[in-house]
Amino acid sequence: MIEFEIPKPISKQRFLLQTVAEEMMRPHSRYFDENEHEIPWDYINFMHQAMQSMGAGALAPSSQGNGKEEPPKGKKKFPPIAYQSLAYMLEILSWGDVGMYLVTPGGSLGAAAVEATGTDEQKKKFLSRFNQENPAFGAMAMTEPHCGSDTSSIRTSAVLDPDTNEWVINGEKIFVTAGRISLEEGDGLVVIWASIDPEAGRAGMRPFVVESGTPGVKVTKVEHKMGIRASDTASIVLQDARVPFDNLLGSPEIPKKETKGFKGAMATFDATRPLVAATGVGVARATLELLKELLEQRGVTIRYGLPRQKLSSVERDVIDMEVMLESAWLLVIKAVWMADNSKPNSLEASMSKVRAGDIVTKITQKSLEILGPIGYTRDYLLEKWFRDAKITDIYEGTGQINRLVVARNLLGYHGSQLR
Amino acid sequence: MYGFEPSDEQKMLLDAIHRFTSNDVRPAAHDANEEEILPRDLIEKGWELGILQASIPDEYGGFGEHSSVTGVLAVEALAWGDLSAGMAVLNPGLFALPILLCGSERQKQEWLPQVIEDEWEPYSAAFVEPNFDFDPNDLRTTAVESGDTYLITGEKVFVPFGEEMENCIVYAQLDGSTQGFIVPANSPGIENDGRQSLMGINALPLYKMRFDQVSVPKSNRLGEAEGHDFEQILAASRVAVAALGVGLSKAAFEYSRDYAKDRDVFGVKVAQKQAIAFMLAEMATEIESIRLLAWEAAWMLDEGKVEASKYAYLAFTGSIDMAMLVTDRAVQILGGHGYIREHPVELWMRSGRGIAAFTGLAVV
Repeated sequence: MIEFEIPKPISKQRFLLQTVAEEMMRPHSRYFDENEHEIPWDYINFMHQAMQSMGAGALAPSSQGNGKEEPPKGKKKFPPIAYQSLAYMLEILSWGDVGMYLVTPGGSLGAAAVEATGTDEQKKKFLSRFNQENPAFGAMAMTEPHCGSDTSSIRTSAVLDPDTNEWVINGEKIFVTAGRISLEEGDGLVVIWASIDPEAGRAGMRPFVVESGTPGVKVTKVEHKMGIRASDTASIVLQDARVPFDNLLGSPEIPKKETKGFKGAMATFDATRPLVAATGVGVARATLELLKELLEQRGVTIRYGLPRQKLSSVERDVIDMEVMLESAWLLVIKAVWMADNSKPNSLEASMSKVRAGDIVTKITQKSLEILGPIGYTRDYLLEKWFRDAKITDIYEGTGQINRLVVARNLLGYHGSQLR
Repeated sequence: MYGFEPSDEQKMLLDAIHRFTSNDVRPAAHDANEEEILPRDLIEKGWELGILQASIPDEYGGFGEHSSVTGVLAVEALAWGDLSAGMAVLNPGLFALPILLCGSERQKQEWLPQVIEDEWEPYSAAFVEPNFDFDPNDLRTTAVESGDTYLITGEKVFVPFGEEMENCIVYAQLDGSTQGFIVPANSPGIENDGRQSLMGINALPLYKMRFDQVSVPKSNRLGEAEGHDFEQILAASRVAVAALGVGLSKAAFEYSRDYAKDRDVFGVKVAQKQAIAFMLAEMATEIESIRLLAWEAAWMLDEGKVEASKYAYLAFTGSIDMAMLVTDRAVQILGGHGYIREHPVELWMRSGRGIAAFTGLAVV
């Protein structure tokens, strides 16, 4: 059936999250934007408590039970909505403050990587830390100084030491979102992508869980950024860092030389791209709502229903932005709905990221243009959202990489046929 | 819950429409638009799919239930075949659906069965007016009370099948708001100013018509004495036109994708060049996002949601730009070949620009 009713559990959740966004995030947005790298502990501790009591220890579907457990006797099995729930949660929290959302405890992209590539035992073992008394954080590390989009060029290596049955990891990762907080604040983890066979190219790529406190792992830098300044973006150096064999996510047998590893990375992205798109929609919605409010205060109302020729330029722009916003959100919803219903969603996931990256950029840029000298000051959060927005089209696969993924899907091409 | 899959019944209908558009419409479309003639048997064949019949309840001679969502799916699928042919098949809906949505019980009983029984008949509607900033809520055609009748005066354009229609709905301004009136085509005062020549949808016969104090009994006003809520019809039309844009754009995207995969350039296929691949990616993403918005608006209409009208408007406005972007890109991807009338993309681009002006020419 074709329908667009927001599932009741999500409606309820939205109400709570809206309160969090309005009361725990917005009042502190400006402070944590100006005091880059101070940690919003009040928000973090609150979220940790709240998620514990809601039974969601990690921001990852398996811990939320993706509808796979048996329902209580007598109750009809509720269709799976874990990814849809996450999308709504991320959208609202990002509406609040996307930088602060990125330091929400619970594993984030690190947990998502474990979820997408780990065995059931590994998921239990590594995700349980997000359900403990103190908050913990997760991150995923892919990019290196010399390569970002070209993930198969990574040089970080993992060599098996047969005597100790440990992996020895060497390399440098940069631009790791929440890298510092994951390794240095609490019992967190970083999923490090390394190559077990540099000659094999992308076939040699594997994800390794590197837990906080591992010797040989050092945060060497924290970036100063345009936006999302409440979130740390870290460089991590690994020098003969040793992790147990079982920290290699995926099947426990000796890994064969096939593209499973690379496909594992891509599977992670299929799960996370719509969620990152959701954060973009949240920032865009915050911007558009404030724009309309400020315009309304100044006597400009939007007359929906009029033919375009009768609309003022500002009305035209606002209506076009509403179309962008709603249509981008629907792409996100469809992508996560497909994930919830176990339908392969590579195409839709990348489409949602392409669109969201585009529209949050356009909406924040156009809104500031319209508001002229009013929007440009730091009196309003608008200029912060403009700065926060831009990264959406860059991380988790740039808009251009995601266009390549979409195109390959539509054309039936392998990576080698369309670069 | 969210859901993005057509029901089994909808799938069956879509399969039938797809067979019709692939086997019958596509082979005929080029010549039909070049010669500006739609073969009547083609329209009849489409009529046999029972799309309108399936959206009218059985107490009025149909066999289904009205659903804008089903309507949108059907419109998309027909538009994929050919816009003119699709609009022609659905044309009686321009008369029947406003009556179903907004007519009095008596009007429904009187008209609906005759529209949908037997063969396709050119029941139609006069909606669009010749102003650059045509506003369905600010019509220049007026209806003035005169005793037991209304006198309708004004100019209409883009009236489908204006010459052969026997009955149509004419939209006019009454006391400051738009209302629809059931008007027999042979009423005194109606002048047919001839078939129009348009940039696109060339096979569909559209006419310019003048109404000079055309007398219409008060009981012919949709909803009779109480009148009706025009917004419902307008929203249903906007969503339908949005869907026309989606179906047309899908056709253009697929054709240009297939061309790009086949054509060689600089030792590789055209589709292997990033500039082209990115165009295709963006086209598909735009189509999918506006398609979902049209579906959402249609669902809101079916559910009677308060904001349905607004979303119908957003879907329509989005579709205008999407259809222009996609059809333009499709021509660009074919390069010089896209400019030649042998390939359908230039027709689709000519028709694609029309989406902006087609409100009133389709209803779901």
